[in-house]
Amino acid sequence: MKRAAFKVLSPTAILGYGFPEESFRRGVEKKPDLIAVDAGSTDPGPHYLGIGKSFTSRLAVKRDLALMLEGALKLGVPCIIGSAGGSGAREHVAWTESIIREIAGEQGYAFRMAVIYADVSKKDVLGAMRKGKVRPLYPAPEIGPGEVSKSVRIVAQMGVEPLLEALEQGCQVILCGRCYDPIPFAAPAIQKGYDTGLAIHMGKILECAAIAATPGSGSDCVMGTLLDDCFEMESLNEQRQFTCISTAAHTLYEKTDPYALAGPGGLLDLRKTRFEALEGGRVRVSGTKFVAANPYTVKLEGVKRAGFRTISIAGIRDPILVDTIDSVLDTIRIKTKEATGFDGGLFFHLYGKNAVMGALEPEKDSRPCELGLVMEVIAGTQQQANTVCSYVRSTLLHFGYPGRISTAGNLALLYSPSDIPCGKVYVFNIYHLMEVDDPKGLFPMEVYEVTP
Amino acid sequence: MNTVPLTELAAVIRSKNAGPYELTVDIMFKDERDYLLLKKTNFFTKQLFARLYGIPEGKVINVVYFDAAFAVKCTMVRSTVSGAPGDTDIYGAQQHAPLLKLRVPLTRSEGPPA
Repeated sequence: MKRAAFKVLSPTAILGYGFPEESFRRGVEKKPDLIAVDAGSTDPGPHYLGIGKSFTSRLAVKRDLALMLEGALKLGVPCIIGSAGGSGAREHVAWTESIIREIAGEQGYAFRMAVIYADVSKKDVLGAMRKGKVRPLYPAPEIGPGEVSKSVRIVAQMGVEPLLEALEQGCQVILCGRCYDPIPFAAPAIQKGYDTGLAIHMGKILECAAIAATPGSGSDCVMGTLLDDCFEMESLNEQRQFTCISTAAHTLYEKTDPYALAGPGGLLDLRKTRFEALEGGRVRVSGTKFVAANPYTVKLEGVKRAGFRTISIAGIRDPILVDTIDSVLDTIRIKTKEATGFDGGLFFHLYGKNAVMGALEPEKDSRPCELGLVMEVIAGTQQQANTVCSYVRSTLLHFGYPGRISTAGNLALLYSPSDIPCGKVYVFNIYHLMEVDDPKGLFPMEVYEVTP
Repeated sequence: MNTVPLTELAAVIRSKNAGPYELTVDIMFKDERDYLLLKKTNFFTKQLFARLYGIPEGKVINVVYFDAAFAVKCTMVRSTVSGAPGDTDIYGAQQHAPLLKLRVPLTRSEGPPA
């Protein structure tokens, strides 16, 4: 049976990155069957999951959500948000939920909303670990129960199943905790019986919105149209278009293997995928298959505390010091240990030398005319980090290194105060697959009638 | 053998995290013929990337040719997990520079497009 086209409007690559209102209106005029957005990423690092805050700003998220809700309610179609607040833990979901309720109150909206959580308790992870159902996602290392216990927050990436349940219950707004990125775009189409592989592949492109178009942008709107045996991508801004290359290239983005994209409960097989250019800057994609996995696995992301950070930023312009900086910093390292007893994390980031690539830097002998130096201390308490950083900065400032002729100070300190306490430091310590019996079991859902 | 700078043949050369534990680099060619020639001679190998980045071959996870985008992709184990103490590039977005100096062997036949 031939189904009608299923159109999905993706306004922006990350909720809160913004999008031109004109592009969005053009999308709404085409009467999409769904407006969805991805809010999440591990790219900004472990801090945000650890601290329970978003990497996007509240005002920006509210602006994007207000337009999305307005569009979805006007059209009477679902509005789905994946990986709320960036990391998708309970705090991130609550933050986003408060913004949605605020908009509903201000605009007089009423709708049924599902809130789906993605937090996993240490107890559940430890239980699964005992049964041999937790394994590292290479190259993450094997871990034991002790490491799990150190985690401050663990989330799992949900698959399509919890969202199908929310749709069955007639929820128009679905707010998801941590989610496999394509899922918010794919779930309603899968519910209607469209091919899972094509729906998820289309979601994989839509979750980055116009990044897959050319010229690419992380803050512009695109539309995906799903048909029975293919899907089509189009830009909603006439200054961009999809090409076979831009669409295919996106399949590579942030992935290890472009032919096999793993997700909750299975993988996308792209070995037979075809990209075909259409008129009007559109591209048709076909041939992608979903291969279900047994047992069903979800990806866990967890972080633990690694101390407190203080930094100080300075420039070095003296050519004698620039030439001898490595040995000077070695001496400062030794002096710091002797004077403070501190044997923890002390890092010198030398911009102009090897601060960006570190050990991977192939041009080890470059001779810049100035260096940027970030002194970084990670210690057990903020006070200790402040104390050690202060010692490092003041010692380096006045250190009488061999050959020195500038005796008033070695550093062009950038700020007053010169030392900046940065707060808690987190590191990823769980990046594992966990087998589950029930794909919905880890993801509790609450359904609300939101009223103004 | 003639060599040409990779930057002359590539439309895109980039690096990025593939999750917090992996660094992945993509090279996309402007011309399918250049791509196919280098693919045929298997110029891009784990050994090549290990040498360019000064890492053991065991840290190179894979090298994949992707015809649909005239692209070669190499994924490596990150030397430091993204955001962990000592990491220098949280997104992994500025680790592509060694490829910008690479020269590749190529004898181009200036025929009509294939």
